[in-house]
Amino acid sequence: MTLAQRTPAEEAPAGASYPDLRWFPPGTHITVRGLKKAFDGNPVYVGFDIDLPKGKIVSVFGPNGCGKSTFINMVAGLLPIDAGQILFEGKTIAETRIGYVFQNYREALFPWLRAIDNIHYPLRLMGIGKAERERRIEELVAGFDLKFDLHRYPYQMSGGQQQTVSIMRSLVIEPEVLFLDEPFSALDYEMTLIMRDQLQKVLVARGVTTVLVSHDLEEAVYLADKVLMLTRRPSRIADYMDVDLPRPRDPSTLTDPRFIDLKARTLEVFQNAVRAS
Amino acid sequence: MQSDRLTRYAWMAVGPLALFLVWYAVHLAGLVTPKLLPSPVRTLQSVWTNAISGGLGPDFLRTLWRTLQAFGIAAAFGVPIGIVIGANEKLYRSIEFLIDFFRSTPATAMFPLFMIIFGLGDFSKIAVAAFAAWLVVLFNVAYGVMNARQTRILAAKVMGASRARIFKDVMFYECLPQTFVGLRTAVSLALVVIVVAEMFIGSDDGLGKRIIDSQITFDLPQLYGTILVSGILGYGLNLIFLGLEKWLVHWSGRA
Repeated sequence: MTLAQRTPAEEAPAGASYPDLRWFPPGTHITVRGLKKAFDGNPVYVGFDIDLPKGKIVSVFGPNGCGKSTFINMVAGLLPIDAGQILFEGKTIAETRIGYVFQNYREALFPWLRAIDNIHYPLRLMGIGKAERERRIEELVAGFDLKFDLHRYPYQMSGGQQQTVSIMRSLVIEPEVLFLDEPFSALDYEMTLIMRDQLQKVLVARGVTTVLVSHDLEEAVYLADKVLMLTRRPSRIADYMDVDLPRPRDPSTLTDPRFIDLKARTLEVFQNAVRAS
Repeated sequence: MQSDRLTRYAWMAVGPLALFLVWYAVHLAGLVTPKLLPSPVRTLQSVWTNAISGGLGPDFLRTLWRTLQAFGIAAAFGVPIGIVIGANEKLYRSIEFLIDFFRSTPATAMFPLFMIIFGLGDFSKIAVAAFAAWLVVLFNVAYGVMNARQTRILAAKVMGASRARIFKDVMFYECLPQTFVGLRTAVSLALVVIVVAEMFIGSDDGLGKRIIDSQITFDLPQLYGTILVSGILGYGLNLIFLGLEKWLVHWSGRA
């Protein structure tokens, strides 16, 4: 398809003979078309198309080095693309309010600011007054089940607490899209379980479109509404499966036969993707 | 807690006390002629009498004031220029050699040149010290800027910060720990250069002048005493900067 053919139906000239003018399914938030990216001549994406649904959580999973992080960094506008188009309900990234949670929370938070001021920061950038900022943060805090003091500095907090602050900082601006790049990979398993449930609760309550990169298959399936499985480079879609397990999911979900079955299927796709190279 | 601290201070006093005792013992046993090694008590007495009536106080303050002037100039020019150089990789590459070269050149080798340019007055001493200290500040600030955590800059960018905001809100703080390393080194270096300048570029006052005078008149208690006071000045400046650093850059080494 060329760009001209993607004109929405209602704007198409009368009598045009396009068979289907709707070029993405209803409920789509992010459309990626013809995405191309190479590093030093090594192609990572060679014409990649995908639709990401609105208000849902999509996990991106694949073999090591397949370009999972490259994918969300390009969608989030942190990494330039070589060719293609990424739109958010027709808008560009610059016109879209996004939140981004980095894997390395130590290097993402500002250690010279207290946790609470870290959360204030994006709102200050937006030029919002103090009273309104405090109102929004209070509302945000109410949705979290915090057991620590936000008036401490990040380096005085545990890893899980720091990443919670990171997540709060990215959510306080009420983003249209939230990106998380392996957010829990630096945490121990116990903390990961707690954080997953915390994140699920907040995201489902807010209904924010979420793209999550994970290197942990269990986590990818547990949190997601859809799992995007990628192949080795150059990355293609190995599978894009729905996870229709009921929410809220809790640790008992991990032993639910449907969850185990889904995880087995994704594992199989993953192993095929690894072998096919 | 309290007794832990006391124990720590007690241990810290052991070394200096031991040095004092060894010095005293060597003196009493006559191992070194008293002409070259006066007793430590005699040395401290000399510091005391010089402080009260011998003009040690004004000399101390002169040296401190010159050092602070040199340091002030170094910081005022070093920090902003360092930020600009650090933020611009090509600029840094192109003058990296010059900075390293002049940083490695002994500042004292510049004395005659600075005397020709700035004359024999106070300012030529301050200018040499400022030049040497400036390079140290410049280098450290530029280094701090270049090694700013990319993730923090990206985080600010994602939140919609403009280039100017990233500079003011992120870069400045990111390079602060390294800046303080530079400032601390710079003030020590400025003191060294000022004291040497006071000795050899004709000076009317200052600790360096007092040291050279003591040597000429062979007043060894005063010579030892003034060396001790110079040490106290250097140590004190370092301590003040460490304290400032701990207070202003509270996250240093912890994040």
